[in-house]
Amino acid sequence: MRLLRRKPPPLVCREFVELVTDYLEDRLPARERARFEAHLAECDGCEGYLEDMRRMIATMGTVTAPSDPHTREALMRAVRDLRGGS
Amino acid sequence: MQDEETLLARLRAGDEEAFGAVFARFDAPLRRVALSFVRTPTAVDEVVQETWLALVKGINGFEGRSSLQTWLFRILVNRARTRGARDARQLSFSALEGDERPAVDPEAFGEDGRWRSAPARLEFDPETRLLSAELRSRLVEAIESLPDQQRVVVTLRDVIGLTPEEVCEMLEITEANQRVLLHRGRARARAKLGPPTTEAGL
Repeated sequence: MRLLRRKPPPLVCREFVELVTDYLEDRLPARERARFEAHLAECDGCEGYLEDMRRMIATMGTVTAPSDPHTREALMRAVRDLRGGS
Repeated sequence: MQDEETLLARLRAGDEEAFGAVFARFDAPLRRVALSFVRTPTAVDEVVQETWLALVKGINGFEGRSSLQTWLFRILVNRARTRGARDARQLSFSALEGDERPAVDPEAFGEDGRWRSAPARLEFDPETRLLSAELRSRLVEAIESLPDQQRVVVTLRDVIGLTPEEVCEMLEITEANQRVLLHRGRARARAKLGPPTTEAGL
């Protein structure tokens, strides 16, 4: 019996956007990855979407929260207490 | 930064400078994560303060099997979840929040599944390669408005930069669920930054 291995149908944009995280997380099986990259190479819209997603993720890494000065004092006090008590 | 062994030895010895360095490095990220679990500024302050005190108390028993960073975040996540329960704001990860919405508004695609028109691009600063200042502040709001589980996962992964393994362990979720939440959260945050298609296209 001959196994008919048809070429998988090309990806469309609607499917592409759902695979972006799996792609960035390197969790796509090789075949899916090839489909993803083939679509990426020929679709400007999806290329832009992916690039923006990368930029957005990189920007998230720069978000911080203001410190509370009392917390630092409390920490230092606890350190001193610990040393004094031992 | 000095290697972790040296740092841990100094912390165990009660070296204030070492504690100061660890505080300078991790306080802001810890607050960010606390903010993703509890809502009021008081609760954030308390949870973060408890975490720092737990570091001082626990440093001698800490064997360094995980990194100091992972350990600190694990303490924080445990405290934040306990605190959330006390405030009747139970943030549970035992079942995924129902959210079957697609990553992008289906209207953006034609019958053939392709973009009706190429999505509008996000404005960015060519020097830093990051989003523009305006989009950046909208991004902060976007993260804060995400559904609970998505907000926590996106914060731990993308804002703090923890690994998928660390996040799964802290939240006791599977790798697949972690990825689903990350995907939904990122897609929703992206959608809040602007329409996926140019106005002319719709």
